[in-house]
Amino acid sequence: MTDTDKPSVWKVGVVAETRTETASGRSIVLDVPGWGGNIAGQHADVRLTAPDGYTAVRSYSVASAGSGDRVQLAVDRLPTGEVSPYLVDDLIVGDQLEIRGPLGGWFVWRPEIDGIEQTGPVQLIGGGSGIVPLVAMIRSHAASDSTAPFKLLYSVRTPDDAFFRSELAEPSRGLDVTWAYTRRAPDGWARPAGRLTRADLEARTFPANLSPAVFVCGPTGFVETVANSLVELGHDPARIKTERFGGQ
Amino acid sequence: MTGHVDGNVLAGPLSELFRFDVTTASARCVSCGDVATLACAMVYVEPASLIVRCRNCDDVLMVVVQEPDLVCIELRGMAWLQVPR
Ligand SMILES: Cc1cc2nc3c(=O)[nH]c(=O)nc-3n(C[C@H](O)[C@H](O)[C@H](O)COP(=O)(O)OP(=O)(O)OC[C@H]3O[C@@H](n4cnc5c(N)ncnc54)[C@H](O)[C@@H]3O)c2cc1C
Ligand SMILES: [Zn+2]
Repeated sequence: MTDTDKPSVWKVGVVAETRTETASGRSIVLDVPGWGGNIAGQHADVRLTAPDGYTAVRSYSVASAGSGDRVQLAVDRLPTGEVSPYLVDDLIVGDQLEIRGPLGGWFVWRPEIDGIEQTGPVQLIGGGSGIVPLVAMIRSHAASDSTAPFKLLYSVRTPDDAFFRSELAEPSRGLDVTWAYTRRAPDGWARPAGRLTRADLEARTFPANLSPAVFVCGPTGFVETVANSLVELGHDPARIKTERFGGQ
Repeated sequence: MTGHVDGNVLAGPLSELFRFDVTTASARCVSCGDVATLACAMVYVEPASLIVRCRNCDDVLMVVVQEPDLVCIELRGMAWLQVPR
């Protein structure tokens, strides 16, 4: 690694592709010379600079995993936000974007640690755009032909608010996907729309006695409610990793 | 900004100061003695600073002040910081 490739150094990415994911969000593929690959679950910092020199920095999880200089982000627009409306509405293919990373070594899943395959069960629980680092873990699991049993519980407002919907509709081998809708469920859906409860978690996730590694990500309120319920259900707090995206 | 995030967000800002990933380091809170990975701390993002609070007692563990030409960290709330190597 040269000095300019270090995660701490700001690099210039070029937008290679964008895709509308939901009414309020899209994914963005960047080519970032010097990125050098990332572990599933890591994030990047993005920096916008105004003509007067004012800068705004925000963190975005990386949906891609593995080697190479291609990075996929997925961003949800907060209508009053400073940075996300620009990333969702204005950025176009060919534009440059300042980015640094890969960042963070805690909220990550590795198929292998010190040459030993990780075979223990993994429970992923995402709310809204909190799916982004979890999708990276799912892709890493598939790409490595991992035998670790994976379960995803994905909570979204309505069916139209799901990021990576078509990818998750056809889960890879060893992955089980369960959906939960908080505002409007598809017609004929058994579970009525509503926030995730402790009973939902008990019915739809790996039980505590299997000691799964648990990753919870999404809006701060979602993450804290889910993590507290998991502890009440007997999960060891040390096995629950959380990443808060902000908001209430 | 209302609400908070967590210590994962420190990875970028602190990468300017440390060679290692500080979010995987553990710290001991001076106030309550809780020992936790920095990624598990609560972080309040202010325009020019990051206020890092203990997940257990909410006292300030660390403040990261970010100016255009400098980064400053105040570590009064930590008894120690332990880094895996
Ligand atoms: C480690 C990390 C990873 C992240 N990864 C992603 C990601 O993959 N995709 C993504 O879309 N976002 C992600 N976020 C959130 C992102 O960093 C920004 O906070 C978000 O895009 C809003 O920025 P903004 O400048 O548009 O809004 P701001 O101008 O910063 O904020 C506008 C207002 O919205 C509130 N707010 C902030 N976040 C939320 C929220 N999540 N829900 C509701 N209200 C909120 C704020 O309190 C503020 O009042 C991540 C955050 C962290 C810390
Ligand atoms: Zn404390």
